Amino acid sequence: MANKTIKIEILRYRPEQEDKPSPQLFEVPYSPDLTILEALQYIKDHLDSTISFRWSCRMAICGSCGLMVDGVPKLGCKTFLRDYFPNKIKLEALANFPIERDLVVVMDDFINKLEEIKPYIIPEDNTKCLSDGPHQQTPEKLAKYKQYSMCINCGLCYAACPQYALDTKFTGPAALALLARYNRDSRDAGSKQRMKIVNQEEGVWGCTFVGYCSVVCPKGVDPAAAIQLLKVESSKDYLIGMFKPD
Amino acid sequence: MSKRKPYQREVSSKWWLAQAFYSKYMLREGSSIFITLYSLILGWGVFRLSQGEAAFNAWMESLQHPSAIIFHFIALLFAIYHSFTWFSLAPKAMDIWLKGKPLEDKLIVSGHYIAFIIVSVFCLVVIL
Amino acid sequence: MNNNNEKKYIRSHEPVFWGLFGAGGTLTAFMTPVMILITGILVPIGLFGEGKFNYQQIHQFATSWYGAAIILILVALPLWHTFHRIFHGLHDLGVKQGRDWQQVICYGSAFAVTIFVLTLLLQMIAA
Repeated sequence: MANKTIKIEILRYRPEQEDKPSPQLFEVPYSPDLTILEALQYIKDHLDSTISFRWSCRMAICGSCGLMVDGVPKLGCKTFLRDYFPNKIKLEALANFPIERDLVVVMDDFINKLEEIKPYIIPEDNTKCLSDGPHQQTPEKLAKYKQYSMCINCGLCYAACPQYALDTKFTGPAALALLARYNRDSRDAGSKQRMKIVNQEEGVWGCTFVGYCSVVCPKGVDPAAAIQLLKVESSKDYLIGMFKPD
Repeated sequence: MSKRKPYQREVSSKWWLAQAFYSKYMLREGSSIFITLYSLILGWGVFRLSQGEAAFNAWMESLQHPSAIIFHFIALLFAIYHSFTWFSLAPKAMDIWLKGKPLEDKLIVSGHYIAFIIVSVFCLVVIL
Repeated sequence: MNNNNEKKYIRSHEPVFWGLFGAGGTLTAFMTPVMILITGILVPIGLFGEGKFNYQQIHQFATSWYGAAIILILVALPLWHTFHRIFHGLHDLGVKQGRDWQQVICYGSAFAVTIFVLTLLLQMIAA
């Protein structure tokens, strides 16, 4: 029983020495409690120190270690070797993003989109004074957006989205779910600003409801639902806009 | 000097074959082709109806051709697949709250199926 | 931030087509299977009695106002659903050429069939 191993094939890309990625095979000691992330750390420590990958918290909250495991977007820290053993595992950088190096991707576009949707509470103009105390919120009001606030910005949903793959102008699942999170917050008054983003062709209308984003999300967020509900909101906004153009 | 050279992977136009989930999505979208053809057959039927009894009967007879029946059988399978996917996804496009709680997905989906059965039985009874 | 660089947001007209897509898709989901079963399988293989689904019966139905309205909706509305999917499906398949023309042809076809069937029904009612 001792010394069981598992084969891991990693799509490597070293920009200073090659023009396109190529696979490299590693063999690491197998144990059922090992995660993909730990296997990568084993490779870096014992087999090849040049391998690059992102990680931080090891507990599915930082959102750094997203990668493709056998073609499916996963968090390395939350995916166990036992679910693949004894088969070979194929690792590749998160799909639909440019590869910076090995398993590291360029996430600039995703980060810009998160920023663009104004991911913060925009209070009403007649802001109440600090001395008036906090904005009260009932559990029902919290429930309206809570699910969408669980996003850890790992980017798995972008890797799962064929529409983002076909056209990166699409605002995409996580950013739109986060947008919904703020628009659905009772303390927020920024819906009107955000609806301008939603109403665009590359806003919610870039989505064809494939629905894979919600399947791969490691935090149980449902971006597909957020987007469909925003389509309904955008349609209402369209009707209102016909009678009251601003 | 920077050695940065981000590599952009290309999207194959066959991306939807790479993953079962995507293939099912394409199957769902593909149902539209068969439903389009079916609607056109019905539209043609209305045209033949407007031309009188002989023309309408000729249209009805053409539907008896084995190839027509095979087509309708395949179209039926696709139409049912469309209904199945439509009902499964319906909860995501609905935001119904009762007493401070979202209505359960299961209730929405089963409500759709019950309505589907009622509508289907009603149509069969009325025509029969 | 510089005001000159502020992004221009362009509102999409997709809500119009999405609304028709949704209405057509719902109708299709509930009605199309039973419709295909009746007109495409049960009637052609002769499972209904002779007196059913014949010219007189259908013609009478089609020349009533409510019957004409039902036929128009059942025949035309699914096309607004299906051609919407075909239009977006072409994008999914990577057919990038002439998106404008693809749009005109897809929604134009749905529109043309709608008008065609509407005209026929009105003619039959007037006759």
